[in-house]
Amino acid sequence: MEEKIVLRNLTKIFGKNPAKAIKALKEGKSKNEVLSEQNQIVGVYNVSLSVRKSEIFVLMGLSGSGKSTLQRLINRLHEPTRGEIIIDGVDITKLGKKDLREFRRKNFCGMVFQNFAVLPHRTVLENVEFGLELQGVEKIARREKAREVIELVGLKGNENSYPSQLSGGMLQRVGLARGLAVDADIMLMDEAFSALDPLIRRQMQDELLELQERLQKTIIFVTHDLDEAFKLGNRIAIMNDGEVIQTGTAEEIISKPANDYVKAFVEDMNRSVVLTAQSIMQPVEDTAFPGDGPRTILRKIRKKGLTGILMIDTRRELKGYIRTSELVEYIKNHKEKEDLQFDKALLHNALSVDENMPLIDIINIYSGHQYGPVAVTDENNRLKGVIVKGAVIAALSESFEFDSPG
Amino acid sequence: MFEYRIPLRDWITSAVNYLEVKFGGFFDGFSAFIYFLVDNFREGMLFLHPLVFMLLIVAIMWYMAGWKNGLIAFAGLLLTENIGLWEAFIETLALVLTAEIIVIIVGMPLGIWAARSDRFNSVIRPVLDFMQTMPAFVYLIPAVMFFGLGLVPGVVATFVFALPPLIRLTNLGIRQVPKELIEAADAFGATAMQKLLKVQIPVAKSTIMAGVNQSIMLGLSMVVIAAMIGAGGLGEDVLRGIQRLQVGQGFEAGLIVVILAIILDRITSGFGMKKSTIN
Repeated sequence: MEEKIVLRNLTKIFGKNPAKAIKALKEGKSKNEVLSEQNQIVGVYNVSLSVRKSEIFVLMGLSGSGKSTLQRLINRLHEPTRGEIIIDGVDITKLGKKDLREFRRKNFCGMVFQNFAVLPHRTVLENVEFGLELQGVEKIARREKAREVIELVGLKGNENSYPSQLSGGMLQRVGLARGLAVDADIMLMDEAFSALDPLIRRQMQDELLELQERLQKTIIFVTHDLDEAFKLGNRIAIMNDGEVIQTGTAEEIISKPANDYVKAFVEDMNRSVVLTAQSIMQPVEDTAFPGDGPRTILRKIRKKGLTGILMIDTRRELKGYIRTSELVEYIKNHKEKEDLQFDKALLHNALSVDENMPLIDIINIYSGHQYGPVAVTDENNRLKGVIVKGAVIAALSESFEFDSPG
Repeated sequence: MFEYRIPLRDWITSAVNYLEVKFGGFFDGFSAFIYFLVDNFREGMLFLHPLVFMLLIVAIMWYMAGWKNGLIAFAGLLLTENIGLWEAFIETLALVLTAEIIVIIVGMPLGIWAARSDRFNSVIRPVLDFMQTMPAFVYLIPAVMFFGLGLVPGVVATFVFALPPLIRLTNLGIRQVPKELIEAADAFGATAMQKLLKVQIPVAKSTIMAGVNQSIMLGLSMVVIAAMIGAGGLGEDVLRGIQRLQVGQGFEAGLIVVILAIILDRITSGFGMKKSTIN
């Protein structure tokens, strides 16, 4: 996938003598030692990562971990002390003041803030057109664009309201719309939903995901909430003391925490929400094909000692499930005929789930299911693997370590 | 106690003398400009029939501060006309407005500068402290030295006295604009000027208006004192009342000053309020 933003050895020191702080850090001193000995704050230290085009990349960490600082380095609201920020191939740390301003206008959908940061003296419409107004877009054109995105975020009818008349959720929609009105690729969201109450928050998260499906922005989302990070993030970077400890998908982080800090962090996480069919499935032992006779199938079953077998066609598309007990019964009843044909009546509908289905939903399917394994398929109904009961239970226990999924 | 007396008064006198000699032309020109402003204000307002002007003020009051305040203003203005202080009233108003216009022209940029530069702020703060703690009468002396007696030194002394609160409150208002609003503007690629005009000043508006209000009130108090150097207006009537021990006359003029103060206060604070109800 195309890399949109690449950070290389990015460091930000707040203080009078950054070089001294970096030297101390290189010698292995901690952030706290630098603070107490030199009175300099290490915002971000030696961060390298890349953000892919059209993904939601979450920066996750506790307060003081440097996640907001890192985000502000990306659009240079904070000047980096060391390192490179490459966006679409351009190292923006080298841009002059004027070029930087132009770059921000073209490439960033502004920023969305925890406390909304909408302008109190402007109506919703005027707030939303703010970014375009700064770019010098003509009034009629920017009004039209503003109305369009206002409708997109579900604020239609509130165009002429003032911020003081709106609820938190609506204010954040204004913040979001203001960003979207500017036709740029990168959206920075700083704890955007943290000030909202839980119900509104969940709703906004869902709407963001829905919008993202359509708009395909590259979103850098800062949060301290693990559930939020795992829900929104295509990939997540976990930060502590100004450094990125681990980067990966939710499943990678939960199944293979890089160190004890991350492990402790994800411990409280509801694993059944994060883990998907893909990460707990096992390879299929053997399969039956439509051309196979009953005896061939039975041989395959016996060889592996299975209670049943899945049938797929040559394109690996799932056809159904055959129970061993029924197959044996059938063969017994038709002993005399040499050239036995497979009876279609033996083929049951196989229970299958999408490879991205969360574990919690798989459990629900299991509860009403009597026989056999659950087949895992991709969007084209092609067989990817199977889930057996034992794996589900194992995945829910915390000590469980995964083999590499997929 | 000391044999030697530091010749502070000589230094100041010679400094003022030096400036007067060196920049006499500048002071004359400046003086003419101020006089032109005040005089036109006064003549313009006196040109209108008192009743027309009264209704104009009442209408502004009504709009800015409600009909009750409008009625109070109307009663006060009728009283002014009735006791024969209309011209003095207008003269004082012209003086205050002229001084306030200069205060805004000078004070707002200085306040904005102070908000943007910590260094300038640390330079100007003691100067403002000095200006505010200095007894008001003291300003009359250099004003008279440079501009003689009359309206102009009155305006200048009023200007100096009324300047600090506007600088302070403009500075404060802009510094109090939430950090995120500035960051938001920056993130969208705003220029410094766009940030100032579209974010900082509008958001700080009610604080800045409080500064305007404060400086008008201070200016009004100075205008009465400025009568001592012949600035004229209502202060002159108050002063005459004191000098001749005519309690009634002095009190009358004082009352009209209060009425003017109420009108100016309600209008300017109404302006700040009106915007902030939206916020």
